[in-house]
Amino acid sequence: MSDWRRNALRIAMPWLTIAVLLLLWEGVCVVFDVPEILLPRPTKVFSVFVVRFDILVAFCWDTLWTTVVGFLLAIAGGLLLGLAIGASPFIYSGLYPLLIAFNAIPKVALVPILMIWAGVGALPAVVTAFVISIFPIVVNVATGLATIEPEMRDVLRSLGATRTEILIKVGIPRAMPYLFASLKVAITLAFIGSVIAETVGGNRGIGFLMLSAGARNDTPTTFAGLFAIAIMGVGMYAICALVEKRMTRWAFRGEIVN
Amino acid sequence: MSFVDLEGVSLTYRLGKATTLALADATLSVAKGEFIAVVGPSGCGKSTIMKLVTGLLPPSTGQVRVAGQRVTRPIKGVGMAFQNPTLMPWRTTIDNILLPMEVVEPHKRRFRRHRAEYEARAMKLLGTVGLTDFADKYPWQLSGGMQQRSNLCRALIHEPELLMLDEPFGALDAFTREELWGVMQALWLERRFTGILVTHDLREAVYLADTVYVMSRRPGRVVLRRSIDLPRPRTLETTFEPHFVDIVHELRERIHQEHAA
Repeated sequence: MSDWRRNALRIAMPWLTIAVLLLLWEGVCVVFDVPEILLPRPTKVFSVFVVRFDILVAFCWDTLWTTVVGFLLAIAGGLLLGLAIGASPFIYSGLYPLLIAFNAIPKVALVPILMIWAGVGALPAVVTAFVISIFPIVVNVATGLATIEPEMRDVLRSLGATRTEILIKVGIPRAMPYLFASLKVAITLAFIGSVIAETVGGNRGIGFLMLSAGARNDTPTTFAGLFAIAIMGVGMYAICALVEKRMTRWAFRGEIVN
Repeated sequence: MSFVDLEGVSLTYRLGKATTLALADATLSVAKGEFIAVVGPSGCGKSTIMKLVTGLLPPSTGQVRVAGQRVTRPIKGVGMAFQNPTLMPWRTTIDNILLPMEVVEPHKRRFRRHRAEYEARAMKLLGTVGLTDFADKYPWQLSGGMQQRSNLCRALIHEPELLMLDEPFGALDAFTREELWGVMQALWLERRFTGILVTHDLREAVYLADTVYVMSRRPGRVVLRRSIDLPRPRTLETTFEPHFVDIVHELRERIHQEHAA
């Protein structure tokens, strides 16, 4: 196989895989005559996509912006918290157990409380996206700081660098690849967070759309919602991966890494 | 007049309840502009000496003085190079070398405004180690030997009075290592800083140093002080001369005794 064809095939692979899966799905539905209310055929889901495109886009937009706002807040908060935990053993021992305890709480249990505080609307979705996606960011940034080579630290200390200078010159650049790696995980979690909030108690967003369509036994629309979330998730993941590659080229040793 | 003074210095590491005496009663002094080497069996506390002199570790007993001042906390502006080049992968070679300028006074204050001047200085230094064409490359684009040359440049750019070398050539192949001895000697002949080299390579120690100290097994103590009266500049040819070989032999013998004991 020539290089060109190998490359083309590599790029085509994800699409081919999706196409094969959808075909299989379609085939199973036709052969076994599966009722639409249980499992709609992909072509049916696609037609719902076309027919209800405006509504889907409007609801997607709600989900997307709440997710992104929660995610951006998580980056800011996670970076600060991660730096604090990574830089100071005292903050680490004080906060880390608490952080793990908090992360163990199912976020779905938070939504009713958030609704008591903030009512129904965008805020619970933003906050849920925030709390669910901050954890991997904090842990990764702290790990990046904690794994600075001791020799590097010694070199700087013997030059007379202060703790702050060591943090700025070594700690933060060193933590960047860890931060960007965590963003890919965090953004998908953020979607889970906002959709959970919309599903448990919301009047907006794709989660709400799916819930109300489900209540009307409109399974094709529910599936269209699932597809929409998946597409947004992949899109945001791709953006994070691109930013990662741009910002921390050195960590990839200049190679093209997918 | 000595520049670095260790008087009856010992150090005990504590890990939980276990204590390890890493260095026992070390006494040595280094004159200003002298280049000394510390050799010994592995685990004899050679690297501990580095940390004590620079104040990164406080001694358990005894005292360390540098430039007449008692060392109680990390002293500033020392040049340091380790076996691991510890270059920052997110900086180009020249930016790596300029790092001390961003940290050490008085350069720190002038750095932003006089960047061009400092860059010229870094380029000159890079030239002396033969890396002019690699200034804008990243460390991971350089070979191990080139990385170690950059590391030496970074340790020297701010013209420190004291240079600490902890097995800087230990991880290199024999040819590169011997080549870098020459580079190191040339830099020292030009700048005459005070140098402390920790190594387990006896030929390296004899090639580079004015005085070689042999340490015993753990707990390390200084068991032999040997002045190296070979003329400079020394070359690779020197290392094959009988006198050079004799000195290496003598040191070797002493270390053998340590291993046998």
